Amino acid sequence: MAVRGTIGGIDSPEALEKALRGAYYLADDGIATAAYLALALGKPLLLEGAPGVGKTEAAKAIAAILGRRLIRLQCYEGIDASAALYEWNYPRQMLAIRQAGDETIDIYGETFLIERPMLAALRAPDSTVLLIDEIDRSDQEFEAFLLEFLSDFQISIPERGTIRAAERPVVVLTSNRTRDLHEALRRRCVYHWIDYPTAEREARIIMIRASSVAEATARAVVAAVGKLRREPLSKAPGVAEAVDWAEAATLLNKGGARWPDAFKRSIGVALKDEEDLAFIAGRLDALIAEAAA
Amino acid sequence: MSEAPQLPRAARAFVSFVALLRANGFAIAPEQTTAFLQAIELLGPRGPDDIRQAGLATLAPPPERRAAYDMLFRIHFLGGEEVPGAEGEDEEVVRLQEEGRGDDEPPLADDANESGEMAVRAEALAERRFGPSRPSDALRRLAREAPTRLPRRRGHRRMRARRGPWADLRRTLRESVRNDGEVMRLGRLKRRPRPRKMLLLIDVSGSMKARSEDNLRLAHTLVQATPNVEVFTFGTRLTRLTRALRLKRREQALAAAAHLVSDWDGGTRIGDALQAFLAVPRFGGYARGAAVVVLSDGLERGDLSALRDAVAKLSQRAWRLSWLTPLAVGSGFVPQTEALIAIRRFVDDMVDGGSIAAAVAHVLSLRQRRAA
Repeated sequence: MAVRGTIGGIDSPEALEKALRGAYYLADDGIATAAYLALALGKPLLLEGAPGVGKTEAAKAIAAILGRRLIRLQCYEGIDASAALYEWNYPRQMLAIRQAGDETIDIYGETFLIERPMLAALRAPDSTVLLIDEIDRSDQEFEAFLLEFLSDFQISIPERGTIRAAERPVVVLTSNRTRDLHEALRRRCVYHWIDYPTAEREARIIMIRASSVAEATARAVVAAVGKLRREPLSKAPGVAEAVDWAEAATLLNKGGARWPDAFKRSIGVALKDEEDLAFIAGRLDALIAEAAA
Repeated sequence: MSEAPQLPRAARAFVSFVALLRANGFAIAPEQTTAFLQAIELLGPRGPDDIRQAGLATLAPPPERRAAYDMLFRIHFLGGEEVPGAEGEDEEVVRLQEEGRGDDEPPLADDANESGEMAVRAEALAERRFGPSRPSDALRRLAREAPTRLPRRRGHRRMRARRGPWADLRRTLRESVRNDGEVMRLGRLKRRPRPRKMLLLIDVSGSMKARSEDNLRLAHTLVQATPNVEVFTFGTRLTRLTRALRLKRREQALAAAAHLVSDWDGGTRIGDALQAFLAVPRFGGYARGAAVVVLSDGLERGDLSALRDAVAKLSQRAWRLSWLTPLAVGSGFVPQTEALIAIRRFVDDMVDGGSIAAAVAHVLSLRQRRAA
């Protein structure tokens, strides 16, 4: 396995962290190291974490700093090779057979091949980043199918032979951990568990993402969100929700709402589950007052 | 002396760290060791933290065992003196808060690992040993009939069918090529059925003492017979047993399970246990659309309203919620205890769980009759 060392001028985790900051993504040491190692070792990067901690954003930022096109494959139950890899254009093949008459035609030619995300990434490994999003939603058959792709970066189309990537493509996988992934898949990847950011980092993320938010607002939101995450909620607010909440509260405040009230009225963008809202309703005032103090 | 190439001196400490991790139950493949060494070289390494990060990224310890990883790292590289816990399995335990808590305060639900040394004395922890298992006709029947008789749902993958909502273009084209492009018959596709998720919640408190061994055997047989089964035990804690029960040999699996569960034969706060289960998003998701089977006598020592709320929530998420209690004997069972009366309207079935045979009969009938 070829170790690249540098890719796109990035030769250390610190260089990557700095570049990511330029793409408005604040990475901590852990994710910067894991992402750098994945790029340098030519292995796929597997990011796991609770919903809304910025897994997909990380992949987008990596594509942006490498100046590559992001190809996203959203997984779902029942996804199979024809949706992920390639498919033949059957109606077109059928028409071609009809029109050919006595001549012979190759119905497995390039014109009849529909390229799906994984094939597209394989054919242009130096200008794309492949994001396989929410792999835990797919079924085990698809996971097994991925194993082959991720270890050799080659696929075989029976009618056309084997297609191999000219170099190892950059692949990012994400999982919300709604089920345990197969050990073999974890083994083939560089792994990173994304935790919620520290309060300090989260406040900076909010300010970098939503420029209209004042520092005091960002800190209050981070404190409140931190408290909410310790409650037994069915859907705890992620980083994206914290950004939205800070932005919404700022907007309401500009529209004339007083401070603690603006947080309370915009709670709907942070907590989106009715049961969670009902559960927290009684203590919401105290919680916000404490966070805003 | 062997002629095998010697490991460079500098690499030995790293390879022996991998060996230490393996000895403590981390599954690490040789290719990961290679990647670990390459990663260290790439990073410099400029200090111990580079080595720690390289290990986290390439050796991929599961997040719930991060604490154990960090401790082993400190012992190996920094000469720490902590004694590693004997835990070989990664346990997934949620400890319920002690009795003294306020009335409407929710139970503590941290997904974190509890190696459980100090804080848990009050819980009357015990370890159970199971004798060699007697062969059971009912369990053999379950293993044999599970693949065909457990509940199913329509999956999202498609399969060939004589009739179905979609045309099978691939097959139709292949066949037409043989006939010079003439379509003789249009193939059809339908959705392939898949086994439905199942969730077993087993009460291991003192009042269920006589049943818990049989219930674990039932759980093991079920885990072996079909995919998509999750098993938890509850008493004063909530413990995920699915991984332990995946071991094929029953004695081995039960021993592993017995080791994980540390609240055998203690008290029960069923409501709190179920609340804690629902509050961990990863666990709560196992109930969604699943056939949920609770094996418990419903002798609640905690708050009845907590129990009622939890069962109502569980019932909303589940495809079908069955409560198997040893108290329900015979078909016309009318619950007598306060707890069972409180939850009766939320459960789809409240039936006999007093013997393996009765439980197996119910599990195998889940697909046929929907309860009223």
